[in-house]
Amino acid sequence: MHLSPEPGVWLAAILTLAGFSFLWKDNPMFKVMEHMLVGVSAGYYLVQYAYSAIFKKLYVPLVKQGNLLFAGCAVLGLMAFARLFPKRSWLSRYPVAFYVAAGAGYSVPSTIQARVIKQMQVTMINVFDQGSLGAGVSSFLLFVGVITVLLYFFFSAEHRGPLGAASKIGIVTLMIGFGASFGYTVMSRITLLIGRFQFLLGDWLGFL
Amino acid sequence: MFRRTLPMILAFTVGVFMIVQFFVPHPQLQMLYNMVLDWKQVVFGCVLIVGTMTLIRHHALRVRFRKQGYGYSIIALASLFAMVLAAIFWGIETGPYSWLFTNVQVPGQATMFSLLGFFIATAAYRSFRARNVTATLLLLSGVIVMLGRVPAGENMVIGGVSLADLATWILDYPNTAAKRGILIGVGLGMTSTALKIIIGIEQSYLGKGE
Repeated sequence: MHLSPEPGVWLAAILTLAGFSFLWKDNPMFKVMEHMLVGVSAGYYLVQYAYSAIFKKLYVPLVKQGNLLFAGCAVLGLMAFARLFPKRSWLSRYPVAFYVAAGAGYSVPSTIQARVIKQMQVTMINVFDQGSLGAGVSSFLLFVGVITVLLYFFFSAEHRGPLGAASKIGIVTLMIGFGASFGYTVMSRITLLIGRFQFLLGDWLGFL
Repeated sequence: MFRRTLPMILAFTVGVFMIVQFFVPHPQLQMLYNMVLDWKQVVFGCVLIVGTMTLIRHHALRVRFRKQGYGYSIIALASLFAMVLAAIFWGIETGPYSWLFTNVQVPGQATMFSLLGFFIATAAYRSFRARNVTATLLLLSGVIVMLGRVPAGENMVIGGVSLADLATWILDYPNTAAKRGILIGVGLGMTSTALKIIIGIEQSYLGKGE
């Protein structure tokens, strides 16, 4: 056993144990850790965005490069602060409208391309050109799975007859998918847990 | 007019521009597009500051009126200001800002997410029951993926197929099929919602009232 002399390791270890203490019940140690994490995270993201957005994307082009077009952006940014004053909070609708619409407009072509067309493209492949019979059958099952899942979410017609049968296959596909996603999520959390124990037993206590 | 209509006109103009620029690769339009993206980041940065100010006000009021558990609010405020001051005086690459990030935020977040593992597992133990065929499939695929992802699972064989290979196949095919179907549906839903926002049918982002 070789205890770490690093104050940072000790702080991280104490916070880890305080976090795990919630498994017993909600307690002051956990609350201290929780509030410390909230404060540090808020401070971290505040500084990151203040630097990468306000300084780099506003201060540098407007003040250092003299690009006056960015004055409009400064005005929009300042309008967001009107949210803090109830009588003038309607002014904050302008930056919100700008942000939401820019995001919406950006997402229309990119979503259609990445989430619809690309997904359809990689689903409709030649199953006879997959190298082996197993891969071909699996690709065919994938194709059938995608089509039936989409049919399951098609609510414009009653799920009876062929549509009902297809939507049942869709439910089976969805259930296998949900189970697999669940198992995968649990394992990723367990990996994090193992990482924390490795830190406690290795970096902190020096057992490993 | 100024409270609802103009913000909607702004949303329509910006939204239509963002769609049109995708189909018109003119250099001037691309420059304007990049500028809108920069503006978007600045607006997000300002909104984040407003959100942080609201957080500060919430905790400051708790401390001021000595509400129950106000000591925790002092810790939250002290941590927040410590990060900001550390960044101002020592920079963000090294020094106390980076030290606090490494020794508080990283282990704190990893601990919180690893805690979720316990809660997911206990919730699954209580709710996963093989009541019918579909519930059994859910249970089986979850168990196969979990066992197939650990070293012991690599040595387990069902019908001549190792559990690790079976888990990989489930993740690669049925899981991908389910995800892809959902992804296409979500994509169509996102597009229709985006269009509703741009043409002004969806106005919830403006809030209620005048």
